[in-house]
Amino acid sequence: MLAEIGLGTAEELFRSIPEDIRLKRELNVSEPLAESEIIAAFEAMAARNTAAVKPSFLGAGVYSHYSPTIVDHLLQRSEFFTSYTPYQPEISQGTLQYIFEFQTLVAQLTAMEVANASMYDGSTAMAEAYLMAQRVTRRDKVVVLDSVHPEYREVARTYTQHGDLEIVTANFDAATGAGGDLSALDDKTAAVIVQSPNFFGSVEDLTSLAAKAHEVGALLVVVVTEAISLGLLKAPGSCDADIVVGEGQSWGIPAGFGGPHVGFFATREKFVRQMPGRLCGVAYDKNGNRGFTLTLSTREQHIRREKATSNICTNQGLIALAATIYMEAMGKQGLAEVAEQNLQKAAYAKKKIAAVEGFSIPFSAPTFNEFVVRGPKPATEILESVREKDIIGGLALSKYYGGHDNDFLVCVTETNTREQMDNLVSALS
Amino acid sequence: MSIKKVTQHPTQNEALIFERSQPGRVGYRLPKLDVEATNLDELVPAGLRRDDGLVDVPEVSEVDVVRHFTRISTWNYSIDLGLYPLGSCTMKYNSRLNEKVARIPGFAGLHPLAPAEESQGALELIYRLQEALAEITGLPGVSLQPAAGAQGEMTGVMLIRAFLDERDGEASKERRVMLIPDSAHGTNPASAALAGFTVKTIRSTADGITDMDHLRELCAEGGVAGVMFTNPNTVGIFERNIKEICDTVHNAGGLVYMDGANMNALVGVARPGDMGVDVIHLNLHKTFSTPHGGGGPGCGPCCCTEQLAKYLPVPRIEKKESGEFFLNSDYPASIGRVKAFYGNFGMMVRALSYIYTHGNDGLKEATEAAVLNARYLGHKLEGTFAKPFPSDGMHEAIFSHKNQAKNGVVTLDIAKRLIDYGFHPMTVYFPLVVEGAMLIEPTESVGRADLDAFAEAMIDIDREAREDPELVKNAPHSTRIGRLDEAAAARKPVLRWRPDMEAAGKSA
Repeated sequence: MLAEIGLGTAEELFRSIPEDIRLKRELNVSEPLAESEIIAAFEAMAARNTAAVKPSFLGAGVYSHYSPTIVDHLLQRSEFFTSYTPYQPEISQGTLQYIFEFQTLVAQLTAMEVANASMYDGSTAMAEAYLMAQRVTRRDKVVVLDSVHPEYREVARTYTQHGDLEIVTANFDAATGAGGDLSALDDKTAAVIVQSPNFFGSVEDLTSLAAKAHEVGALLVVVVTEAISLGLLKAPGSCDADIVVGEGQSWGIPAGFGGPHVGFFATREKFVRQMPGRLCGVAYDKNGNRGFTLTLSTREQHIRREKATSNICTNQGLIALAATIYMEAMGKQGLAEVAEQNLQKAAYAKKKIAAVEGFSIPFSAPTFNEFVVRGPKPATEILESVREKDIIGGLALSKYYGGHDNDFLVCVTETNTREQMDNLVSALS
Repeated sequence: MSIKKVTQHPTQNEALIFERSQPGRVGYRLPKLDVEATNLDELVPAGLRRDDGLVDVPEVSEVDVVRHFTRISTWNYSIDLGLYPLGSCTMKYNSRLNEKVARIPGFAGLHPLAPAEESQGALELIYRLQEALAEITGLPGVSLQPAAGAQGEMTGVMLIRAFLDERDGEASKERRVMLIPDSAHGTNPASAALAGFTVKTIRSTADGITDMDHLRELCAEGGVAGVMFTNPNTVGIFERNIKEICDTVHNAGGLVYMDGANMNALVGVARPGDMGVDVIHLNLHKTFSTPHGGGGPGCGPCCCTEQLAKYLPVPRIEKKESGEFFLNSDYPASIGRVKAFYGNFGMMVRALSYIYTHGNDGLKEATEAAVLNARYLGHKLEGTFAKPFPSDGMHEAIFSHKNQAKNGVVTLDIAKRLIDYGFHPMTVYFPLVVEGAMLIEPTESVGRADLDAFAEAMIDIDREAREDPELVKNAPHSTRIGRLDEAAAARKPVLRWRPDMEAAGKSA
């Protein structure tokens, strides 16, 4: 082939690169390894992740749920995972159809009118919601409760730091662990941002928050980090939310040390042209055959460039597929049942832990599958001693919140057995 | 008409899952609840609970779901089927080994907030990949946090902004112009806007590279924060004046951002850090073979100079002298977090597996093969299709529809006709600077026979364009649906299923 294009050596392929910036040595990376060697090396590394195989009560934005076998099986069909963004609809109908189903399922579960094809994760979806609320209302302030996931708030700050959006952080109510001080809310406010269940697991009264926001012409942005809760809790859309964003990891996606997960973004139909990200819609060919295609792309960066609604291009397509398979396999009954199991099991653990001497539940609001426990000494010490019994007992709030040294967050899902919970209780006793 | 690669065969029709739903069907079973159930009203008041019965959520059996997705999967083209020559997208083979190692339970089941001492293997993996990417780019500061290329870009330009704000203080306000070539990816200006920059466009020369005179002119106008350019650029040509570009921008007080979308032309051959670049993002889903997955997930590491490293997102993954790995958030000058947790970790596992599979000389060999394949294809097609620039390309070949347009056949038609020949089309109408652009990137994952078949198909289509243009203009003829009326779809968008959707869509 070289000869055919008139070259003698492979080096000549790079003639257009000036000599003085070519790499004159071998890269200092590994020697090529055989499959068996790579598997051995990676298994050795994975074995040092001892937390991965222990009973765990960690949640805080990443949840352990059972994923039916068919999710990972279907995901690995190479027609799905080795295809590109469906820019050529005639040979991408498989991808387009599942995106359409994903959009529909997200819209159904959040009770919103429209949803997009996915965002990177919950945190970036929330950051985009700030920017969209600013565009829609032409106001430059948002009020966010500090019971929203701290890492999400950090990401939103990064995204907005060079714009003219003011972020006011409002304190949550220390007695209930829900709601908070919304005195900063005024007619300059673009949106109120609230998470439900919030970072402490408390279920928020979204209907009254929506009313407060709407009274001053602001939007209500609801963040959902535990998507399984949508099977049981009143959907944000039914509470009059304007934008609902969240993390879909709970829909059958492994924890995977924090990613890849999948963000979702839903809103009202009237705001659709202000939405970030890809959208898939119905289209017909000249014979009247129904198909699907990416649509409303004039919002996007490849057309609108610096005036686009977002810079996002690649999203989390394959993870959205996993979530879609999960939601469809679980279906109407499964999504309700798994949510109720989470609620019931967490209630069991909450009651048992509260009965241990020295331990209490500091917040009074109803919770879903996560709750804060106040211990008799620093939570880091408590969790350390629980860990000696090979249990990951939860997350010390001191990682993110000052003044909560003795508090820790416990999450219980359908994957935690009664025995595991009883063992946690004995480890605390 | 000589179609060589495809024959038509029946595919199953398949409705939307919602149209398949049957009341009472289930496709799951959970273990019985092993705790005493409490009355729901005692746990969550009815007013906070869902009362719509999850209306319209589908009810299907397990085999329904399996058939549903298996059937619709067959409507997709994929890398595993054949050449997928999308320029700028680097559709190379996705090794199954990478899928296997990413699913090792010690990685897949690990919670990101687990104690660091019980996550050492994951932190080590991130650290090793950081080291490898630093070596490959020649840029020592690395963050793997960005989720995709566009987020890597945003991170990169925010580093520049943070640097300028610190260096210039208040005067940084006067330096908010980001120079971006007219051929750039749309994400570049969109990302620059997020960092508070305004965009000025640099012209290209007739040779398809940055117009140095124009660059100097723009720099002389002042206020230049930096430049964002792609190298090889988006027409696939190496910016041979790269050092001069960097010097010019540096002398004007700005910094240099390189879009690493085209690193597949450079790995093991030349390093951005040695060219004078300050910061680059990589696309692990392009150069390092993590699957594109129908649109994602990606992973967009940001690599930068020592000087910029203190602004990288936190937490950073570092190694103590004891050999222990840890998360370090103690970087007060950091731009902050760009994503919850540490990025798309599963993609990092795959990318490191790719690097180990190829090793030092294999990575370079892949680059050579990618460039050779593109040059070979370019050579085969240049008599038939108009080549917009005389220069030698690197890992991509670019053509315009100029010759075929004389018969009314445009790039879109050629692309659609390629589908009938069994190939995924090339990237079309990008970059915008070439009229009717066709950007072809075969990658290293293709042999000569397939390159020849692709070239023959293109040459056949050119002949068809002259002899029977309608055949090309009405393509594809072999797919389950024909060209869709996208304008109608956008006029009255139907973005979700509803029981009455069909009627709503047709009235559009």
